[in-house]
Amino acid sequence: MPFIANTKEQQMQMLSDIGLSMDDLFADIPAELMAKNFNLPDGISEFEVRNQLADLAAKNSTHLTCFLGGGFYDHFIPAAVYSMISRSEFYTAYTPYQPEASQGTLQGIYEYQSMICRLTGMDVSNASMYDGGTALYEAMMMALRITGRNRIVIDDSVNPIYRVIIQSYTRNLKIELKETKNDNGLANRAELLENITDKTAAIILQNPNFFGCIDDFTDIAKAANEKGVLLIVSCYPISLGILKTPGQMGADIVTGEGQCLGIPMSFGGPYLGFMATRKKYVRKMPGRVVGRTTDSKSRDGFVLTLQAREQHIRRDKATSNICSNEALCALTATIYLSLLGKTGLTQTAQLCADKASYAYKRLTAIAGVKPHFKAKWFFNEFVVDLPVPAAGVIARLVEKGYAAGFPLSRYYKGMENSMLIAVTEKRTKSQIGLLAESLEAVL
Amino acid sequence: MVPQDLFYTEDHEWAKIQGDTATLGISDYAQESLGEITFVELPAPNKSVQPHDELAVIESSKAASDIYSPFAGVVTEVNDQLESQPELMNSDCYNDGWVCKLKLSAPSKTDELMNAAQYSEYLETL
Amino acid sequence: MKLIFEKSVKGRTGVCPPKSDVETSVNIKAELLRNDAPAMPELSELDVVRHFTELSRKNFGVDTHFYPLGSCTMKYNPKVTERISAYPGFAHLHPLLPQLRLGGTLTQGALEVLYEMNILLREITAMAGFTMQPMAGAHGELTGIMIMAAYHHDRGNKKTTILIPDSAHGTNPASAAIAGYKVQSVPSNENGIMDATALKSMVNDETAGIMLTCPNTLGIFNPDIKEICDIIHSVDGLAYYDGANLNAIIGKARPGDFGFDIVHLNLHKTFATPHGGGGPGSGPVGVVEKLLDFLPISIVEKRQDGTYALAYNKPKSIGYIAPFYGNFAIILRAYVYILMLGKQGLKDVSENAVLNANYIKTKLAPFYDLPFDGLCKHECVFSASRQVAGDVHAIDIAKALIDLGFHPPTVYFPTIVKEAMMIEPTETESKETIDEFIDAMIKIAKTAQDNPQEFSAYPKTTPVSRLDETVAAKNIDIASL
Repeated sequence: MPFIANTKEQQMQMLSDIGLSMDDLFADIPAELMAKNFNLPDGISEFEVRNQLADLAAKNSTHLTCFLGGGFYDHFIPAAVYSMISRSEFYTAYTPYQPEASQGTLQGIYEYQSMICRLTGMDVSNASMYDGGTALYEAMMMALRITGRNRIVIDDSVNPIYRVIIQSYTRNLKIELKETKNDNGLANRAELLENITDKTAAIILQNPNFFGCIDDFTDIAKAANEKGVLLIVSCYPISLGILKTPGQMGADIVTGEGQCLGIPMSFGGPYLGFMATRKKYVRKMPGRVVGRTTDSKSRDGFVLTLQAREQHIRRDKATSNICSNEALCALTATIYLSLLGKTGLTQTAQLCADKASYAYKRLTAIAGVKPHFKAKWFFNEFVVDLPVPAAGVIARLVEKGYAAGFPLSRYYKGMENSMLIAVTEKRTKSQIGLLAESLEAVL
Repeated sequence: MVPQDLFYTEDHEWAKIQGDTATLGISDYAQESLGEITFVELPAPNKSVQPHDELAVIESSKAASDIYSPFAGVVTEVNDQLESQPELMNSDCYNDGWVCKLKLSAPSKTDELMNAAQYSEYLETL
Repeated sequence: MKLIFEKSVKGRTGVCPPKSDVETSVNIKAELLRNDAPAMPELSELDVVRHFTELSRKNFGVDTHFYPLGSCTMKYNPKVTERISAYPGFAHLHPLLPQLRLGGTLTQGALEVLYEMNILLREITAMAGFTMQPMAGAHGELTGIMIMAAYHHDRGNKKTTILIPDSAHGTNPASAAIAGYKVQSVPSNENGIMDATALKSMVNDETAGIMLTCPNTLGIFNPDIKEICDIIHSVDGLAYYDGANLNAIIGKARPGDFGFDIVHLNLHKTFATPHGGGGPGSGPVGVVEKLLDFLPISIVEKRQDGTYALAYNKPKSIGYIAPFYGNFAIILRAYVYILMLGKQGLKDVSENAVLNANYIKTKLAPFYDLPFDGLCKHECVFSASRQVAGDVHAIDIAKALIDLGFHPPTVYFPTIVKEAMMIEPTETESKETIDEFIDAMIKIAKTAQDNPQEFSAYPKTTPVSRLDETVAAKNIDIASL
């Protein structure tokens, strides 16, 4: 067994040193509780396991040209991201509770927090959450704590995958969850303003929203603020290369999915939830936080800070139960953003928008294919209506080698013919053209 | 260090009673075991509390502790100075480091509290 | 060392984005755009590589140092698991594919991994079924408590309280509380374990359940564990097993056989996936037969024709607790680990983990106080109380260890032990390494006796010396803006 160092002789020697037998070591487990069954297969070698898993990997269709998004995107990942994140001083370390032996992790997280703030236009960020969905749930819980109110309003243009998560978590709590219906692809002003009352803890919105439409929530933030209602905005970090930040709009808590920042899709995880907020709410924020301080020789250094909020100290009164987070994914995002830099990020965002705009023109030029919403501006994702149900069309396009989009009927009533299409900087003009031709052919 | 004119709880809080007003804070033992205090979450003025309700939260870099109200009453005043100088709770816990004042809703019941002698005795047992 | 932002040089870039091959550039309305480009650092690829390489060298990891951090199971993370998780067939798989019509056929390999892993974990824990969705141990706890709530709701039970031992991880009470339950702490007895008689007096109709680790955080196996589960069941409560310490008994004993109803596992502890500087983890939750209906959506099922599919139609389910199928790439690594070790390998894991811990405990017993001196399982807890007499505390011993080339054990936890030092060597460490660690600890004990004043200067060999955590908490500087 390559992962256990001690030989049988060494084990015998150690046992004899402490005057016990191997059976003695487990004598404290009552005999009737010892496992009667443990029907696992026999172990296999590295060579065998690699072959076996290569066979399984081959059963997954990763050859499809990807126009699937829905909050999870096929962006380009520079090789240097993999190289750096593969340094085992990073990935085999634990939570940096011993700061002197963890300055690498700690400074990396501090830089991550700084980048999230700079991207979102907020004051403070935590060290990561599990994913964009649970980050949004945590933001909601935080808003309930801050306001002492129990009503949450969420627009249905927020990612439905996140909305169903929030529904599960609130089921046993005394929380009233009100859903508003989007207004032609944008947040429903009339309904939202009506719901901004002194009973409401927070309004949850997304930008660009699930349909890809770009909104500006400045008006909603202002109205909410006047009534002590918090505005929570879920956002897509790549879009913030060019789009107005939630901070500029006046959001109180910002969350989102950081998978697009250099993290492979990996069938759903691990991903990166991020959370940023205003400085005045920092002590109500869940999750770990790294702070800058000085050592006994006045040199700068980094430590975990504001730990009194956390479960290992506050137990049942903690701001969250989160312990393990997605630190390595946060570091991945930091490396990715460092490589892209200011211009690279702006260019990537603009490229996504340009290519999506091109795809939109090509696809809506097909007879019977129409834009679903009146909202004019979208980022890298848009909704088109087909003359027939979308699910069947998408299935036929899979046969032609495309993951062409997502059928919205899965989450929205009355949108049987609608399909959500995402375009990243990786898609070429020729791929977009071929998709348009294939779509035309199957309609 | 246990001043004579105060009452104490088993959670190491002190109360000074003057007429229908009680001033509350934490004892020297409490500040010592918390270590350097970095933040105090003060109650909102006019908050009304029942005995054992949470009044404030005190944080040090590695610990947190709740302050519970020994009495029923309404918060009339909080020590704003602690917001910028939480360390006053370390350096002067019985005077400048007070936390808040309560207007008692009933004449003060001190039977459940300890006097200085009893509290000193209690500290011996810890 | 400078922050990455301080190394920025205007005009530099580390990556060339692909050239635009579409004719048009879209001019999004100015009101929808940000004022300035986001202030990310401007660096060449080499600048970035140097920066992060330098950062990595300021870390202790399992690959560089012995890391006996109690309760964390810092075992070696086999390289092959990294390799396999990067196979394009897994890494490039979009999670929404199975939600397309006939999309399940596009992800058969991934679904098979999830299905087979589920079966392996059932056998390891004696549970009837698992959800792979929870993304960390604490997330598994919350999921487990939500399942508990759904069960009681279904039975018409009015339950309000969850019992948790005073020695528990902080996540246990935090998870119970955010799920809407009151938490009641159960004191440990003089042997450091939960007392069944004392528990009996605390259990009543309001008791929703109990959360326990076994062995507990002192590394002690509670011989009354079955009786404890029976007591909880007597009021229709449920027993929750926190799998943080499964490494102690894997292959030897199974929580389902003790009477537990819900189990979470930490794949990043017991099953050797890397801790990543604090995450990502993975915390699958297993349940007994009567709770299967409440598991989150979706679950992978095997059809009669041998193909795999996701089942969504579960009316009693607690719903979705994660966007997809859990931290798939972590589950995949753990799956590979279990396949490689197999039946005998996993038994060797617990035997060697427990042997290493007891060896350390016995060898260090003459030098440090052992508050609970019996057989331990995978970890042992010492107290620095003897050294405190010379004003040397657990934290000082920890810092001295860093200078001697070891990551310190967990200190000041469990809180029921004063000046606690919790040592978990794991099975992957060799006798040679463990002997060196023991020698270092003995050397430190002697220094504590002879020259206690030396400790305040430790650590001396690290990029920074002891940091001022009070200043960090008071003058909050958590982002460079």
